[in-house]
Amino acid sequence: MVEHEGIRRYVAHVILWIGIAIVAFPVYLAFIASTQDNAAIANGQMSLLPGDHFLETYYQTIFVGTSGSTREPVGTMMFNSLVMAMLIAVGKIAISIISAYAIVYFRFPFRMTIFWLIFITLMLPVEVRIYPTYKIVADLHLLDSYAGLSLPLIASATATLLFRQFFMTVPDELLEASRIDGAGPFRFFWDTLLPLSRTNMAALFVILFILGWNQYLWPLLITTRDDMQTIQIGIRKMITTTDALTEWPIVMATAVLAMLPPVFVVLVMQKLFVRGLVETEK
Amino acid sequence: MANVALRNVRKAYPNGFEAIKGVSFTVGDGQFCVLVGPSGCGKSTLLRMVAGLETVTAGEIDIGGRVVNQIEPAERDIAMVFQNYALYPHMSVYNNMAYGLRNRGMARDEIDRRVREAARILELTAMLDRKPRQLSGGQRQRVAMGRAIVRQPKVFLFDEPLSNLDAKLRIAMRVEIRKLQRRLNTTSIYVTHDQLEAMTLADVLVVMNGGRIEQIGNPLDIYQKPATTFVASFIGAPPMNLISLRDSDIRLHTQPAEAGILGIRPEDLQMANGAVPRDGIALELTVEAIERVGAETYVYGVRSQQGALPAVSSKPGELPPGEILVRIPGQSGPKVGERIRASAPRDKLHVFSADGGQRIEL
Repeated sequence: MVEHEGIRRYVAHVILWIGIAIVAFPVYLAFIASTQDNAAIANGQMSLLPGDHFLETYYQTIFVGTSGSTREPVGTMMFNSLVMAMLIAVGKIAISIISAYAIVYFRFPFRMTIFWLIFITLMLPVEVRIYPTYKIVADLHLLDSYAGLSLPLIASATATLLFRQFFMTVPDELLEASRIDGAGPFRFFWDTLLPLSRTNMAALFVILFILGWNQYLWPLLITTRDDMQTIQIGIRKMITTTDALTEWPIVMATAVLAMLPPVFVVLVMQKLFVRGLVETEK
Repeated sequence: MANVALRNVRKAYPNGFEAIKGVSFTVGDGQFCVLVGPSGCGKSTLLRMVAGLETVTAGEIDIGGRVVNQIEPAERDIAMVFQNYALYPHMSVYNNMAYGLRNRGMARDEIDRRVREAARILELTAMLDRKPRQLSGGQRQRVAMGRAIVRQPKVFLFDEPLSNLDAKLRIAMRVEIRKLQRRLNTTSIYVTHDQLEAMTLADVLVVMNGGRIEQIGNPLDIYQKPATTFVASFIGAPPMNLISLRDSDIRLHTQPAEAGILGIRPEDLQMANGAVPRDGIALELTVEAIERVGAETYVYGVRSQQGALPAVSSKPGELPPGEILVRIPGQSGPKVGERIRASAPRDKLHVFSADGGQRIEL
């Protein structure tokens, strides 16, 4: 029986390792490619061990950029992406937590109508409403600006719903105790509801940051200036070159760099997120 | 220090349901008033109306000579202890108690003095920095009490504060609450469905049923002279035996014409083989079951002469039709199947009108 268990565990581990290898290999390959000489990659003789161009390639990627296609260093692109992802994540959380608070805790005319209107927008992804949204942003002269990159993506039915569901699990007595303790609507929101939502906000931030970071279609449409482009657009532009060799080490270095901020956010927020799942404070 | 007066208070919900159908009573300064009744009788609603958490449809609520119908809960000078304590989970014990005082803009050192004083009284001093989730049920309950007493309000409101505790702790906390209330001498209104809590805590007991008051008074007076069959069966455990006089052959000596229901408390029935007490009553019973709880023994008997006659309506908490409960001290008693005679003297009999609505004095 014990032996049998041992074999099973061994088999399970082998399967897990195979799975990890399948997921990790392309990432590893991208990193290796970013340290190699471009010629070696181009003629298909890439080694599977790190090359000696690491510092040189990454310096050029971050501070100089490709010699041809994008004309901007990746550092600028990363900064643009970071600003956009942060604005989207923070903006979405701020707007949706406030609207969920209004919908759950206040009685006002057409409350349910407004709730359903928000709910219905779930069915309208960016792609469907892209033309009118573009028109509005263009008319407001927000093309090629951080506001234009983030504002249209900030409203979030999903996050509003999530906070609404969470608020409905907060016991009514907490609100009543606050009323007796002399806390008005603002104090109750700030002193009680926000601290209780901390773990929800952390989880949501992880998801929304990655969502914002990975935006492709919207930035592609509204950014025309090189110094406003995001890293996702940058990678794409680097690959398609018309009459020159694609600079693969730089493309790969950019891809590796593009992965780092989301990984960093997940690693940092994971602690809070998991702690939120473990402690049940309500 | 204040009186609380309710004058013909009503509560109707928008869907037309009337939860409180006109309630009036007064709680004197420093008195401990207990609202008791089965679930759904409106006692919690009434308490929440006093707190200001529910609107008042009609009537007046008066706290310390001021009609508070339109006044916010925080301005009513009350403090409330909730059934699930409603402690702020993310705040330390200290901040839980201090929060209401800070919102009032009280000076920092005055807050500190009051919180530490309350913590000393409630033996929470060592726990001031903990979060509620690190406390046991009894400790959370004490924090909820502490949050109420630091306010030094005119009135304490308790909404079934002990029902989440285990039986032993509940009895201990019941005594604590009473002692604390005596010491602070603050007018209190306490809601419970536990008639034992009600009997032991109350200066004034208000028995409610279906949104109305059935009886108000001193707990012992209510126990001795229940005004209706509802009160008779609700107050006292085990409940009073109720026998329909119309459907049985029991006749009282000089029976009032309108008498319809006879009530006898289980503890007032004596096992007697001899003569029936003068003007009293005797019941011939066949023992069906026996419960021995140590200090006393409960004998469940069926009236021998009663065939399948229906007894008084069987509501929850009442005995099945035709069954009579006799409570005798000690552990001895008859055996199952034995025929016994239980008797009660005339002054221990309760007589009610046929619809159970009114007590009739013998």
